[in-house]
Amino acid sequence: MGNNVLRLEHCTMQFGGVVAVDNFSMEVNEHEIVALIGPNGAGKTTAFNFVTGVYEPTNGKVFFHDELMVANHPAGKMKKLYKGDPDQICEKIVRKTPDQITKLGIARTFQNIRLFKALTVFENVLIAKHMHAKSGLLKTAMHLNYREEIQMRKEAMELLEMQNLAAYRNDIASSLPYGQQRHLEIARALATNPTLLLLDEPAAGMNPQETDELAAFIKKTKEDFNLTVFLIEHHMDLVMGISDRIYVLDFGKMIAHGLPADIQNNDRVIQAYLGVEENA
Amino acid sequence: MKKSTKTLFNIIAVSIILAILIFLEMNKRKFSYDISIIERSMIYAVAAVAMNLTNGFTGLFSLGQAGFMAIGAYTVALLTIPVEARAGVFYVTGMNEFLSKIELPFIPALLLGGLFAAILAGLIGIPVLRLKSDYLAIATLGFSEIIRSIIASPQLNMITNGSYGLKKIPRFSSIFVPIALCCLCILIIVLLINSSYGRAFKAIREDETAAEAMGINLFKHKLTSFMISSFFTGVAGGLLASYMGTIDSGTFKITLTYDILLIVVLGGMGSVTGSILGSFLVTAGREWLRFFDQPLKVGNWQVPLFRTGFRMVVFSVLLMVVVLFYSKGLMGSKEFSWEGLVRFFKNLFTRKQKLNGGVSNGK
Ligand SMILES: Nc1ncnc2c1ncn2[C@@H]1O[C@H](COP(=O)(O)OP(=O)(O)O)[C@@H](O)[C@H]1O
Ligand SMILES: [Mg+2]
Repeated sequence: MGNNVLRLEHCTMQFGGVVAVDNFSMEVNEHEIVALIGPNGAGKTTAFNFVTGVYEPTNGKVFFHDELMVANHPAGKMKKLYKGDPDQICEKIVRKTPDQITKLGIARTFQNIRLFKALTVFENVLIAKHMHAKSGLLKTAMHLNYREEIQMRKEAMELLEMQNLAAYRNDIASSLPYGQQRHLEIARALATNPTLLLLDEPAAGMNPQETDELAAFIKKTKEDFNLTVFLIEHHMDLVMGISDRIYVLDFGKMIAHGLPADIQNNDRVIQAYLGVEENA
Repeated sequence: MKKSTKTLFNIIAVSIILAILIFLEMNKRKFSYDISIIERSMIYAVAAVAMNLTNGFTGLFSLGQAGFMAIGAYTVALLTIPVEARAGVFYVTGMNEFLSKIELPFIPALLLGGLFAAILAGLIGIPVLRLKSDYLAIATLGFSEIIRSIIASPQLNMITNGSYGLKKIPRFSSIFVPIALCCLCILIIVLLINSSYGRAFKAIREDETAAEAMGINLFKHKLTSFMISSFFTGVAGGLLASYMGTIDSGTFKITLTYDILLIVVLGGMGSVTGSILGSFLVTAGREWLRFFDQPLKVGNWQVPLFRTGFRMVVFSVLLMVVVLFYSKGLMGSKEFSWEGLVRFFKNLFTRKQKLNGGVSNGK
């Protein structure tokens, strides 16, 4: 257990009376690629959102590198509405804003791509370097931080080159082909120097060939940047191909977890997915 | 276009502008009207560029321009009116004992005016900027009106001279003073926008959630942008005080904010050169259209509509037309460049040709 990168303990997230994630515990270990799967509306994105500080969980603890990063318990109106496990009420409250969590080393992409649309590809990546800048406002505003600025630009450019996006550097982000936008979003996340990378449906909207390339790309990126990867995905080929372990959510509850081979043959998972598989 | 060509163009443009300014300065008497239009345009340009910093580049919607300008203007006025002249200005109630002895040179007074505006912006921003962005517009609008009524209130007669206003504010000694100061202010804002902080502001404008995920502290950056913008709005107010020589609370009605907003929208949200262009067009345009306000006779026929107030109607219609054809303002979010200018004229030319071609084909 010593090499936990991310650990969730009894996390429940409610929107009013709706339980989006129900008493979910899980862990992601160093250098693993772990997948979170489940039908639409199962609560996967919600789990990402309370890990990254976009939401506060209604109850539960989130540890990052074995340090308590986020913790909450039902309060106020939620006390009555709470439908999670009453025996697992977390005592402490720890809050972090998304920017603080990013600074700790968790980077993410979004299910609906969220690029800085009107800015250039280069600027999109360069912005991620801002939080590491040490020069003060006055120095930066008067452009007296040129050493730092040159370093930031160099790092951003290197990243674009590694991601084969250098050719697009001066293009407006929203003008990129869809697949490249997804790539850019990953490049931008990497620019924050994370140790843990969260990917929310990175293959959504990609054709089979692009999906195959993405799988190879995720594996390679993991090695190159010495990362741990936690991803949500619907493309079963991709998930089964690259994941070390898989967690399955259905209606907010974890219905299975284990190795890809086990999940593939798990009856409950097949049942939960049946409708989705047919549609897809 | 080559870099050297561009530099050459820039040098020529700056030289021409300087030559015009020197010429105007040497013939001050004759061109006092044109000088005053240029000065007012430049001062409005500072306020507009500052507004663009929050509204165009950071995606905040602040409507406190008149209030912050009032703070700057009253600070400059109270600190620079010569001590000897103060008894005359405060002829009704006299001036506050302590204040009446403090006199500062223009520049320190101007900086202090900006500083007070920035501090007030901080006091508004700290509670409000934690909320959704929409609240800022309401809060600043309210603040602006409160400042105006405080200034006009009889209880403050000994400080602000209440509704009597302030007179005898020292005027600019030459056209170069306001122009240089305005250029400096705009330059500083441009440098900020092009720095790492400026990129962070733009990221917030584009997508707050994504900006936060990039490690940008929303509250801190919004507050920074808002306070810096308000500082320069205050400075613009201070410049306006010196430009006008006489101010009262009526100078800083909400219409002043709308004027600045109009300039920003007309020039293009997110374009500094657009704001400067808009500022000259709006300020000068208003003056050029003055003949609509005078009765006009063609032969013996008195042309209807030509009377006081008609100018503003024409002005508003023109604006609507511009906004209809250029929905993102004249410059959009682009900046002026020589290439852009060349392209603009080329397009104009080819479009005309096409139009002509179209007509002849129709026959
Ligand atoms: N901000 C929100 N407010 C209310 N309900 C929400 C919100 N976000 C998600 N939900 C609900 O939570 C459930 C899980 O959603 P989500 O996590 O997006 O699912 P998934 O990513 O697995 O498709 C859904 O029923 C959804 O409607
Ligand atoms: Mg989702």
